Amino acid sequence: MNNEFQYNGGKKYYERFDAYSRFLHILVIISFLTLAITGMVIKFSDSSVFQTLSDIMGGYEVTGALHRFAAVITFTYFFLHIGYLIRKRRKRKSSFKEMLTGESSIVPNKNDWYEFKATMKWFLGKGPRPVYGRWTYWEKFDYFAVFWGVAIIGSSGLILWFPEFFTQLGIPGEMINIATIIHSDEALLATGFIFTIHFFNTHFRPDKFPMDTVIFTGKVELEELKEDRAREFELIETDERYKERVSNVAPSTFLIRAAKIFGFTALTIGILIIILILYSMIFVYQ
Amino acid sequence: MNKLKFSLAFFVLSILTFAQSEENQLCFDCHSDNTLTVERNGKKISLFVNEKPFNNSVHSKIKCIDCHADINPDDIPHPEILKKVNCAKCHETAVMHYDRSLHGDAHRKGKFLAPSCESCHGKHDILASKNSRSKTYVMNIPTLCGKCHKEGTPVSKLVSVREHQALDDYSESIHGEGLFKRGLIVTAVCTSCHTSHDILPHENPLSSINKNNIATTCTQCHRKIEEVHTKVISGRLWEKEPHKVPNCIDCHQPHKIRRVFYTESYPDDLCMKCHSQENLYKIVDGKKKSLFVNYDQFKTSVHTDNACFKCHTNVNFSKKPVCLNSGKVDCSMCHSAATEDYQISIHGTEHNKGNEHAPYCTDCHETHNMKSKVQKNSPTFARNVPELCAKCHRTGMNIAASIDASKKGIVSEYVESIHGKGLLQSGLMVTATCVDCHSSHRELPRKDPRSTVFSANIATTCAQCHLGIYEEFRNSIHSPEISDTDKKLPVCNDCHFSHEIGRTDQGDFRKQILNQCGNCHEEVTTTYFDTFHGKVSKLGAQGAAKCSDCHGSHMILPTSNPESKLSRANIVETCKSCHPNSNKKFVGYLTHATHHNREKYPYLFYTFWFMTILLSVTFLFFGTHTLLWLPRALREKRLKKQKHSK
Repeated sequence: MNNEFQYNGGKKYYERFDAYSRFLHILVIISFLTLAITGMVIKFSDSSVFQTLSDIMGGYEVTGALHRFAAVITFTYFFLHIGYLIRKRRKRKSSFKEMLTGESSIVPNKNDWYEFKATMKWFLGKGPRPVYGRWTYWEKFDYFAVFWGVAIIGSSGLILWFPEFFTQLGIPGEMINIATIIHSDEALLATGFIFTIHFFNTHFRPDKFPMDTVIFTGKVELEELKEDRAREFELIETDERYKERVSNVAPSTFLIRAAKIFGFTALTIGILIIILILYSMIFVYQ
Repeated sequence: MNKLKFSLAFFVLSILTFAQSEENQLCFDCHSDNTLTVERNGKKISLFVNEKPFNNSVHSKIKCIDCHADINPDDIPHPEILKKVNCAKCHETAVMHYDRSLHGDAHRKGKFLAPSCESCHGKHDILASKNSRSKTYVMNIPTLCGKCHKEGTPVSKLVSVREHQALDDYSESIHGEGLFKRGLIVTAVCTSCHTSHDILPHENPLSSINKNNIATTCTQCHRKIEEVHTKVISGRLWEKEPHKVPNCIDCHQPHKIRRVFYTESYPDDLCMKCHSQENLYKIVDGKKKSLFVNYDQFKTSVHTDNACFKCHTNVNFSKKPVCLNSGKVDCSMCHSAATEDYQISIHGTEHNKGNEHAPYCTDCHETHNMKSKVQKNSPTFARNVPELCAKCHRTGMNIAASIDASKKGIVSEYVESIHGKGLLQSGLMVTATCVDCHSSHRELPRKDPRSTVFSANIATTCAQCHLGIYEEFRNSIHSPEISDTDKKLPVCNDCHFSHEIGRTDQGDFRKQILNQCGNCHEEVTTTYFDTFHGKVSKLGAQGAAKCSDCHGSHMILPTSNPESKLSRANIVETCKSCHPNSNKKFVGYLTHATHHNREKYPYLFYTFWFMTILLSVTFLFFGTHTLLWLPRALREKRLKKQKHSK
């Protein structure tokens, strides 16, 4: 401990994400990449690139099994996260009200609108960089996009997985066709969004480039937090619960290296998928 | 008593004769005058009838008016111009034959050389042909016919050159020798073969000397000839189907019949005297052609029972050697049906045109080493047929290139096909070889409507083996008997291919079938590929439903037909073959849907456009967001660096 303290040169670290959330995000990454690849080979089955990709992975039977397996992981992390929210609220003894409307709530509120407008001004050079809090408006969008995506893609996916069951319940056969369109296009939206917008907003924006490892290490240097999210930094000073998360323990070099290897792999796969999708949409699809 | 009877008979006969003579006497009253003449067309014509020869003639017992029927004895003198005597009144058959004969036909056409009855039989002096003085007595027949049919006569100029010396040849022949030198009156004369009245050209199928009838004609005398000709197809076909065996005149030339080859020993030995020499050859078009015959090998061939001359019919004893320029063997003498087919085939027509690559009988069947197709070492044994045809039709061979450049690798494809593997690897002898589809002798290009592989004939060709499938196919919507359309209906090879035909459950047959159906059913195939079955099929999913899994393969029926696999009554069951819990709602899944057709699929159309707009708006918004952010963030970073460096 002492050695580390000296090694860090007095740097302090703030834990933005606890271990459980980080674990869930790794599940998200693994399942999402799997779903994206195995789904796109069907969506773009006309394209020889995706046909080859399917062959490499072991053919249609294997990709189909992987897709369903990743779907199970998705449903799993979705419900684990809900459970996590419930436990966390109990542990902190905070109210629902605070959870939904508090300073560090992830639920969008009026302030996000002002923050958005201020950001636009900053982009156009007509104002200073806004003071961001624990969750920026685009991060809130990302978060709820997962909810939306899991609901829409998940439910349509279940219809496609068990068409006989759902038609026995009475939904018309044409609904399977509609579910196909929704599932496929919503998935295109999700992959397209994550592999471009989310990647830029989080990792590729010049102040974080090439990658922000905080989602794997959990920790951010206090100085960096002060600069990036001044409002969250203020919380540390005012709220005991946030102060607890500050320590002088830096993430281990092993963790950082592992985070970088895993992160870059995921980023690369995502970028490759986007390139393949664009290629297929321009040269093959329709 | 006997004497009395005789006397009585004589008496009656005398009275009758007297009565008849009485009437004829009336005619002779005038016509016995040898100065009685009449002038017709400026010509003096004698009306004298010599009573003595008439009384000796075969007609002496009948009355003049029996033949000259238009004379009324009560009205004498009779009119000056009488009708011609009609012999048919008594000799009905003879005249009927004459009328249709060469002679009768020429006579009717007014050809002055044409003989009538009297030319051969005479008029009032007609003698019975049994009478040795008669012109039609057997000994006199050659002379009678020879009056016209000998060299130098006007008639001889009308018949073919070969027959100019018919009479001379005849007199030297074994028949003529028997007649003239030995007085053998049972020997054959002209009329024995040509008949006396029904003389027809040999091309006429009714003719007694037609190729098909000649055996019957000869066997009138040479009964049981097949028993001495034991080498001729065991004698069975001789009378039943004489045209299928070499007929008499193929060996025993007409008119010249003199020597008979005794097949047992004589000629083969004679032939082999020279042809057993391995270095025997002749020069044809500057090329050496071996004339060596491996007799031992020949004796193991399927023709072992045939003597050389049986095939080499044109040997001629007037030539030295007898086989000089005897020409090509004509297999049609025995194998007429196969040869007829061959003449029609592309092989035959090309051969006749002089194409040196076109095969003749012997190119496939070999010459003296000919084997039966049931012998394993025969080139025409089923298992050897592909290799036989490959001699010319393998890729790279001259024929393969000259036929159809698009049909490359037919041999190598066949070998790998289900038929080829069955035959060559499994030794399944009922498997189709080249000749089962293309026929063995009547091979024709697939574009020829007579060809067994012509599109419209393919189904019946395949049905030779695959009858059950053919019967299903005949009732399907693809059958020309069911669907009346201008479009080309598919036949077996459109889906199964020809030489590369494979198992339907192996390889990429199931994948290819989609393209096959898609050749005609373009739209539904495109939309099929827009839906799940099609998409996973593109990824190589063998099990995913293909056209035939839902629509059926050979027995495709319109969905409106209650028997169809996709009819209202059957569709749930059909889907059940893959989806065990298929139900009425489940089958409502649109397997050929497209979201591009608003009229047909409005729900899909609007869902698609809703999703497309959602995507566009989201990407437009965040795309702009990012594009604005990037330059700002870069600027900020630069400023920060400057601050640091200060």
